[in-house]
Amino acid sequence: MRDFYGVTLANPLMLGTAQYPSPAILADAFRASKAAVATVSLRREQGAGQDFWALIRDLGVRVLPNTAGCHTVKEAVTTAHMAREVFETPWIKLEVIGHTDTLQPDPFALVEAARILTEDGFHVFPYTTEDLVLAERLVEAGCRVLMPWGAPIGSGLGLNNIYGLRTLRAHFPDIPLVIDAGLGLPSQAAAAMEMGYDAALLNTAVAKAGDPVAMARAFALAIEAGTLAHAADPMEPRDMATPSTPVIGKAWLA
Amino acid sequence: MPDFTIIGAGVAGLAVATELAARGAGVAIADAGGGPGGHACSWWAGGMLAPWCEGESAEEPVVRLGQEAAGWWARHAGGVTMNGTLVVAPERDRRELDRFARRTSDFEWCTADGIAALEPDLAGRFRTALFFPAEGHLAPRMALAALRDGLRSQGIEIANEQRVLKPGMIDCRGLAAREALSDLRGVKGEMLVLRCADVTLSRPVRLLHPRIPLYVVPRGDGVFMLGATMIETGERGRITARSMLELLSAAWALHPAFAEAEILEIGVDARPAFPDNLPRIRRRGGIIHANGLYRHGFLLAPALARQVADLALDGRKPEFCDEDLS
Repeated sequence: MRDFYGVTLANPLMLGTAQYPSPAILADAFRASKAAVATVSLRREQGAGQDFWALIRDLGVRVLPNTAGCHTVKEAVTTAHMAREVFETPWIKLEVIGHTDTLQPDPFALVEAARILTEDGFHVFPYTTEDLVLAERLVEAGCRVLMPWGAPIGSGLGLNNIYGLRTLRAHFPDIPLVIDAGLGLPSQAAAAMEMGYDAALLNTAVAKAGDPVAMARAFALAIEAGTLAHAADPMEPRDMATPSTPVIGKAWLA
Repeated sequence: MPDFTIIGAGVAGLAVATELAARGAGVAIADAGGGPGGHACSWWAGGMLAPWCEGESAEEPVVRLGQEAAGWWARHAGGVTMNGTLVVAPERDRRELDRFARRTSDFEWCTADGIAALEPDLAGRFRTALFFPAEGHLAPRMALAALRDGLRSQGIEIANEQRVLKPGMIDCRGLAAREALSDLRGVKGEMLVLRCADVTLSRPVRLLHPRIPLYVVPRGDGVFMLGATMIETGERGRITARSMLELLSAAWALHPAFAEAEILEIGVDARPAFPDNLPRIRRRGGIIHANGLYRHGFLLAPALARQVADLALDGRKPEFCDEDLS
């Protein structure tokens, strides 16, 4: 298993902490998901969200603060600094939103913010599109993890551009890749892991399910299945049928 | 010498005092602000008595016990309007309605004609809606005043003072009881009160949206309450521009005439809540703590008051109790 800035995760799932029906369900969902990382937004709860942050710390998993809701380099950098103080971690999930409706990242501001934060000692996890050139720029800016989207945040559309995601995997064999955003179903997370992705990050699919705890467990199983499948070296798909049992010489009892 | 002294005259304290007095107990009540007012988060509440709608995200006891509320408020405070709740969604978020319907019960699907018949001012604005006919609403400040006046008529005045907790007291202080209840937290809510002469609504309307859900509760005379944000912080002091923008944008999406409304009030407070967002009744050292009504103050205060009275008068263990009774 690849390491994320020197940290090996017990389970390659990162789970968001927003939008759950209650903190109790959030905690149960985390246990059921076996997530090793909790992402948490600082922007909306900044100021006095100490109770909530204490609750996140009590989950006993590694915290990945994010800059959700930031639209400029300056906002993202400021929020990252605040996150480092609050959670005492150099990890930052860097989100710089370029479009309010689709919430897709602003690639130009993302690279700029990634460079500034990396130079400042942060371990940057950039939320990016599946664009290969952008990914190269982010690695040049110092990112040692890439987090391409499957689909827009909260959309639940799954892996929208399988070709692009495979291309990223092929071009960055040594950079940990995390599918971030757009997952709606466990099968989509399994597909990402089967493709050789190193982890999946999700929130809405679990938090907004009718039974978040059951859905968290479903994702845990899917992540495990996908990881196992990739490690087992899947067969190559082929057009020609190959019978799994030879038929020549068998008795035909019609 | 009263049998029980209730600390706090928000919705929890007043409901508990009213219930105990109605059952013949001697009751005194004290409040650090001297009575219902802006220092209690129930002052800023929506006043929706909507147990089935709340079932979208709340636990089962909220739906079941919330059904006691309308009758209790009608008996003890009056002013309950039973016109149901209308739930709408913009056409592009139509699937939010399907999801809401899957997770709730006791509603009817409405067509555009049905919406127009219920709320003529929303005619032509939405194609489908859910109507929850058995739900109601009240005006929180009038309901709180009615409970205060009901107690006063029995000779029970709210003492304007802060008391040190002692055995025999019932602690209904909401978030102010945090030092006694370590798992209590605040959930910030921001709300607006608007006056808009161009819109008339007969019932609370909920506008579903994946990011910014909104409800509008008519207060009569062209006054509407818009609520409410849910932010995980105990901060009570300020509304953010973002929250204001989101509340007003959602109101505008419900009806563009709200853009011309006068903003009468901006309310901010934090709701007291336990980790599962359900209330708790705990008895420790002879003191009963009743707290954690979260966003269900008016919906669950009657059930909370009944259970406190069952415990205080008959020693019956409340459903909302999660500890051994001492």
